[in-house]
Amino acid sequence: MAKSIPSTIEKLLHKYKIRELDPCDVTNHCIDVVSRQKKLNAIIRLTPEIARSKSKESSERFRNGEVIKKLDGVPIAIKDNFCVKGEPTSCASRMLENFCPTYDATVYARLMAHGAVLIGKTNLDEFAMGSGTVDSIFGHTRNCYNENGGYISGGSSGGSAVAVASGSCFAGIGSDTGGSVRNPASYCGVVGFKPTYGLVSRHGLIPLVNSMDTPSILTRTIDDCVTVLNAIAGPDNKDSTTINRPFVDISVPNGDEISLKNVKVGIPREYHCEGLSKESLETWMKIADLLEENGAQVVDVSLPNTASSIFVYTILNQCEVASNMARYDGIEFGHRSHDEDSSTEQLYARTRQEGFNSVVKNRILSGNYYLLRRNYQTYFEKALKVRRLISNDFQNVFFRNERVSVLLTPTTLTDAPKLEEFVKRNNRDQCALQDFCTQPANMAGVPAISIPIKLSSNGLPLSVQLMGPSLSEQSLLTVAKWIENTVNFRPV
Amino acid sequence: MFRTANIREIIRCFRLKTVSGTTVTTTLQPNKSFCSCKSKDSTKKPLDFSELKFVSKVPSSPHVSPINLVKVDRIKIDEDTIQLLERLSLVNLDSKEAINTLEDSIEFASKILHIDTTNVEPLYTVLEYQNLYLRKDIVNEGNCSEAILSNAKVTEEGYFVAPPGNIPFQQTESIEKRKENRDD
Repeated sequence: MAKSIPSTIEKLLHKYKIRELDPCDVTNHCIDVVSRQKKLNAIIRLTPEIARSKSKESSERFRNGEVIKKLDGVPIAIKDNFCVKGEPTSCASRMLENFCPTYDATVYARLMAHGAVLIGKTNLDEFAMGSGTVDSIFGHTRNCYNENGGYISGGSSGGSAVAVASGSCFAGIGSDTGGSVRNPASYCGVVGFKPTYGLVSRHGLIPLVNSMDTPSILTRTIDDCVTVLNAIAGPDNKDSTTINRPFVDISVPNGDEISLKNVKVGIPREYHCEGLSKESLETWMKIADLLEENGAQVVDVSLPNTASSIFVYTILNQCEVASNMARYDGIEFGHRSHDEDSSTEQLYARTRQEGFNSVVKNRILSGNYYLLRRNYQTYFEKALKVRRLISNDFQNVFFRNERVSVLLTPTTLTDAPKLEEFVKRNNRDQCALQDFCTQPANMAGVPAISIPIKLSSNGLPLSVQLMGPSLSEQSLLTVAKWIENTVNFRPV
Repeated sequence: MFRTANIREIIRCFRLKTVSGTTVTTTLQPNKSFCSCKSKDSTKKPLDFSELKFVSKVPSSPHVSPINLVKVDRIKIDEDTIQLLERLSLVNLDSKEAINTLEDSIEFASKILHIDTTNVEPLYTVLEYQNLYLRKDIVNEGNCSEAILSNAKVTEEGYFVAPPGNIPFQQTESIEKRKENRDD
């Protein structure tokens, strides 16, 4: 491919319009990039037939001068826990290795309706249970920064993050339950945005924790993120937990036109926890300083229940997992053991023994422990009560006490860890550490975004996180855009 | 530490300048693909991360939360509970490691038990202010039994097939295994 391919969706669409580039060529180019970078293991299955037919349709629209859609001819990749009709959707688990959905996830259907081109399904931790993209039957995903350094991508949506960061596609879709999109975005130097819970439909997303799962977006820029959000957000009668009011497209001004005059930024002191690296702290401080220097009011705030959040999160996660995983029994879909037919329950048990990895099994067992009649109030209900305290903390700083418009925190405590260091801890401790700053937003259902800032001394991205009140996407993304424009992060 | 970071920043900026000075951009290549050629960008000074204009609102030392100081006793899971969990989960709990992980999880979770939640209602969903809407009771999707059956490994005449159902779950194997583990 001789012509240069732009890095953002807006520029790509422009080149399509002036016929300097064609969606078919760009799609082929992206697929080519994927095959040249097999080592990264970001995309676990290409979808060449869909890519070919969708890019051809888009190409014709441009040629015929038809109305151009928001994502016309834009190559995208989707995490392998979103259903795509006729394409295997595995959740990176043996349990669903041969599962082929018979319907489309709403997110996917909307992306297609806006002209996007699916090039492949991306890697994840089995059933999205993890924060490294290391626990997958397809093997771990590598960070594309300092590629030979053996750094993890983060997770669980590490495949989508690396696909976007490495230039295989323009946008990636992931799911964020406790930070699964913001965490890999932070490690891979891309924008990772978790919208307000209920703004984007979960229909066709294979559930992990129903009350927190949020389809989320990975892109290179805030503008691209806004474009994708405008394509997928809004109520869906196939998901009763979508917010029941019409979605109005968001539009964010140019970076230079943004004024921070009426922006009040809260710095929650509890987010400086044990284990925060010096470089992450410096990055956080510098961004707070820049915001203040440019007219924002920056104040110290307290979210006193922050440190309890990770404990509550593990309880609620495991309880919902225990319930959600009950559907995998080998009868209707998914793996079915060949070696057991003495009784229904024996078949179920054998199938689950073979189909799940140990992380999934452990979460099912502990979830069922908290849900035992004698433990239900002690653990499950208690966790839900503390969840309210955590959520109230957010309501207090947004609407009662300091009335801040956004909260600024680190996304992750460090830059990407090395694989060999990461796997020394068990899955629970990995998540407890990696999700510290991200999972409170899922508890409260508020929107949160990770923005890449600079490279660390290891040559790895460092990022910050912004959180805002529910449905404050417009202002949250505007402040994010200001930061993006000011720090001018450019991958080397 | 600060210095190294700054030098890196300067080198990075220098590289960007060179790229934007040239007229030709690269094709999309891993890690090198997004050097945009806005000339405006290259004139921006790199940020000095060690220099702050204001007294930082970010606390300089880690916040110690009371929950980090909570000590909880380890709960031992008895054999009856293990068998109950196996029956409910239909997942084996027969290795020392799995039992240890379970006890570990419970110990971890128990840290929240002391938190005062008097008069606090459980938060089941963050959309609690919104009524769950009901759709009209009309068929809008159907005639898809073939599609639904297509993912089952074993079917017969349009039915899913399962082995006999009225047989209690056998746990002898894992009970034996646990006994062996204890004797080791």
